[in-house]
Amino acid sequence: MPEKYIYMDNNATTPVHHEVQSAMQKAIGAFGNPSSLHGPGREARHYVEEARETVASFIGAAPEEVMFVGSGSEANNTILNALTCQRMGCAYHQRGFTRIVTSTIEHPCVLETAKCLQERGVDVVYLDVDAHGKVDCDQLREAVTGTTGLVSVMMANNEIGTIQDIKTIAEIAHAGGALFHTDAVQAVGKIPVNVEELEVDFLTLSAHKIYGPKGVGALYVRKGAPFCPLIRGGHQERGRRAGTENTPGIVGLGKAIEMRSREMVEEESRLLDMKAALRKGIEEHIPDVQFIGHPTDCLPGTLNVSFDGAEGEAIILYLDLEGVAVSTGSACASGSLDPSHVILATGMPAECAHGSIRISMGRENTMDDVTYMLDTLPLVIEKIRSMSTVYKRRQ
Amino acid sequence: MADGNWTYTEKVKDHFMNPRNVLTDEEHYHEDGRGVAGNIKCGDEMLVVIKVDADKGIITDCKWKTFGCASAIASTSALSEIVVGMKLDDAFNLSAKDINMALGGLPEHKIHCSVLGDKALRTAINDYYLRNGMEDKVKKEEERVVCQCMNVTDHEIEDAVLEGARTFYEVQERTKAGTGCGQCEEEITQLIDVYKQKHFCQA
Repeated sequence: MPEKYIYMDNNATTPVHHEVQSAMQKAIGAFGNPSSLHGPGREARHYVEEARETVASFIGAAPEEVMFVGSGSEANNTILNALTCQRMGCAYHQRGFTRIVTSTIEHPCVLETAKCLQERGVDVVYLDVDAHGKVDCDQLREAVTGTTGLVSVMMANNEIGTIQDIKTIAEIAHAGGALFHTDAVQAVGKIPVNVEELEVDFLTLSAHKIYGPKGVGALYVRKGAPFCPLIRGGHQERGRRAGTENTPGIVGLGKAIEMRSREMVEEESRLLDMKAALRKGIEEHIPDVQFIGHPTDCLPGTLNVSFDGAEGEAIILYLDLEGVAVSTGSACASGSLDPSHVILATGMPAECAHGSIRISMGRENTMDDVTYMLDTLPLVIEKIRSMSTVYKRRQ
Repeated sequence: MADGNWTYTEKVKDHFMNPRNVLTDEEHYHEDGRGVAGNIKCGDEMLVVIKVDADKGIITDCKWKTFGCASAIASTSALSEIVVGMKLDDAFNLSAKDINMALGGLPEHKIHCSVLGDKALRTAINDYYLRNGMEDKVKKEEERVVCQCMNVTDHEIEDAVLEGARTFYEVQERTKAGTGCGQCEEEITQLIDVYKQKHFCQA
């Protein structure tokens, strides 16, 4: 192990905040079933409801509009799958929806579910994005018809960091009579998010992207919005998600959110400074690079960059050996040769997608880390390019 | 932390960190044979060049370049050492499996990245024969259509297996083979076994 190890892969997951660790350690003793009426049950229930209030108030929701789930993927699956419910009494079935509109740059948990729905007969429309990764709102207006049940567009992209104009997209969806869901897993806790202001019907968030534990997330369901559970067999979460509540996990999520409410604003400007320095340093020290994503509407800590003639996985592994963790959304690392669907969707050629890396900084990163990265990265890129079949310096 | 999570063997890591025989001065390298495999659009490309002792029919030097991942770099680095001093015929018959054995094994999902080196080497050897008027020695890897309906060849099925397909259904998903009349199912299932044996070390 290199003496120094810098973690710049915070969009993949984050180190657990020490305050979160303490809160969870305390709550792990509250073993009672929150559904039980006795003392231990009431103790656990208290923890769960306290966390619910924290999460709800952070996003501008009422506590009863927030349900806890096992992951962001579960929340997204729940919302998309509801559309095909064939149960006679189900609010969705009664509405007779046949179409879902989503975007080409969603997380696989939305895209794979949408593909499965297609195979079950749902008409799925995938919105294109522009070169910066912004959804095409004109295409959205045309796509939302009377039979569109749901529009689902992510708030901030995990690979390139682009933030969508969610308020506008939600308005268009509602104008066409559709419900609106946003996967805000990368957004909540990194940028201000208020469900009232954005007028979304459903919103997904996750704990482990914001210094909380793995295995817990939350789904916001606007009061009065139709709902159909994915997991049945219990009255937990007001009958919306069966399964005994994960008390310590939920406490961890609540604490993570609480810490975000205290740290997010100050951290945002720090991250933006670090990102600007990183970007400037890369531009100065490495020729032939392209930055991918929106120049301003972008997550503060996320920088996606493509290096001509250098393959992404090789970059990741050389950096790892030098003690820096970043990632590639593409190709080899995930065991498939397919380049990142997100980067291809922005119109970048496949070879750029294969040569891109995602640097995602978080609360533990410092300007020293940026300096170390800038000392390391140019040498790694030079090494890879020196053995590259395709790298030719642009004139 | 980084070492503990390293998914490759020490030999792979060594070749990755200190790649041997990289073609650094392409302009001044006078090769006797040259071969390219892969395509940058698909995410990896490999160039292999060789020098040959014409009298003895053995490879005297082998250099390479790549747009490829860690496995492609490490396996071709290893290959470039192994083939020097080898008879052209023997070098031609080297398989990715031989190289994987020499490296102590690659993770299964990385095997498909490592076959580029030996593919490019075979092309370079054929190129040497062509340049020296030995067309008769050129060995073609002829493709054969296995699935007539969807026009899928044995090479495409081999690639699917290299990329992780292990069942008829998985090959079908990747290549569309067998989605027409379905008569080729038995043959494809047999081919999957053949390619599994060919490329993957037994667990």
